[in-house]
Amino acid sequence: MTAPGDAPKISVRGLHKAFGTNEVLRGIDLDLPAGQSLAVIGGSGTGKSVLIKSIIGLLEPDSGSILIDGEETLGLSPGERERVTRKFGMLFQGAALFDSLPVWENVAFGLIQSQGVRRRDAREAALEAMNMVGLDTDIADRSPAELSGGMQKRAGLARAIATKPEIMFFDEPTTGLDPIMGSVIDSLIVKSVRELGATALTITHDMASARRIADNVAMIYQGRIVWHGPVAEIDHSGNDMVDQFINGRSIGPIQLQVAV
Amino acid sequence: MRFLASIGRGTISTFATIGQIAVFAGIGLYHCVRPPFYPRLIVQQMIEIGYYSLPVVGLTAIFTGAVLALQSFNGFGFAGEATIANVVVWGITRELGPVLAGLMVAGRIGAAMAAEIGTMRVTEQIDALTTLSTNPYKYLVAPRLIAAIAMLPLLVLVADVIGVLGGFLVSVYDFGFNPTTYLKSTWDSLDGTGFVSGLVKAAVFGFLVALMGTYHGYHSKGGAQGVGQATTNAVVSASILLLLFNFIITAVFFAS
Repeated sequence: MTAPGDAPKISVRGLHKAFGTNEVLRGIDLDLPAGQSLAVIGGSGTGKSVLIKSIIGLLEPDSGSILIDGEETLGLSPGERERVTRKFGMLFQGAALFDSLPVWENVAFGLIQSQGVRRRDAREAALEAMNMVGLDTDIADRSPAELSGGMQKRAGLARAIATKPEIMFFDEPTTGLDPIMGSVIDSLIVKSVRELGATALTITHDMASARRIADNVAMIYQGRIVWHGPVAEIDHSGNDMVDQFINGRSIGPIQLQVAV
Repeated sequence: MRFLASIGRGTISTFATIGQIAVFAGIGLYHCVRPPFYPRLIVQQMIEIGYYSLPVVGLTAIFTGAVLALQSFNGFGFAGEATIANVVVWGITRELGPVLAGLMVAGRIGAAMAAEIGTMRVTEQIDALTTLSTNPYKYLVAPRLIAAIAMLPLLVLVADVIGVLGGFLVSVYDFGFNPTTYLKSTWDSLDGTGFVSGLVKAAVFGFLVALMGTYHGYHSKGGAQGVGQATTNAVVSASILLLLFNFIITAVFFAS
């Protein structure tokens, strides 16, 4: 997947993270080449969110290595961490828009606060980003609470792309949306990532979404990557866990703790 | 053994919490003095803390001043303008003004801070700040600390004036005191150290209220119930700390 000599955009090695006695990540190894889109799939509680939060720097792993553009990011000072974070854009599961700010200021937040763009120019850039994700600019001065779930996701996507990041993260982008709106959001994600030439990492348990968004898929189970390959091969992975997961079967090697 | 173990666990947990609050306060204060600053947010918080707290602080002060005059008059039997004015001005400027204003602001602002920041925590808005290269301490904590430290002394200044006015109204219209003599006695009773101690207390109380509000909000978890718990903890801990520091500051100023 990575051409010889090219450092992957994101490289994760031997990542471990535990909360008390609960070992969530048990040695994750993952490479994401520049310009590619990877979907990490897996059931609830398998460590997807912990993985993405560790890469972004929201959680401190117990051990392992996370390289961004070949640079080790674990143990960076806050200032150095901020420099690395400027490469990132993220769409959160619940959009995570700031309630206290109007929609346009949410979208322009990164431009104003971290890039020092003047408010008037930032507003123009925000309206442009809103156009890109199909949001009517008439809602620019509305509060996020006045928007529907789908519109909030679009606004969150506009905020993520407004700073033109090199790497984009998507946390369950279709959760809570109807299938049509989910498909729209996926299309916007693919379009935005292509236009920016960004590298994308998505975590999801929605297989339809993973197939639409990703070039490659990695499956995580019990804190380890159990399969990693092109999205086109996922139906013939030869991995029983992947087969069980993508077909939604209750019987198979993946054991769920379900009280009946 | 089980009893001793539970005492040990409680002690360790208490010291761990004190340590966490101290570290949080240190980081918050560090970001108060290190640029970049957010003047827009600081002004917004000043208006929220100072301007919108005026009615509740003013009402508390006027009734407290009035009650102080009433109780002093009844308690001392017959007392002249000088005695009542002295009791009111000392009581309000040294203790009741700062303490009651602090407690009112703890209830109004400390709770609001904890609820707002707690909701931001559980809805991942604080994580979003980090991904947008914005330090949450600088954006959320520092403006609230600066605004509360600056506005509480101003609120107490207003509470002092209104509290003394409450005593004046009761003394003049209920006891029939001479207004000019009462005002002169009030002015004569006003001592610089007592007045300054009240303002120092106010600044410290402002810091404590904002610290507890932001700390408990920042560390809230578990959805709506967690935010509710954080709000309760913010008000209760700020109120207790406020009374503790009131004693400490009083001892520092007036121990001799």
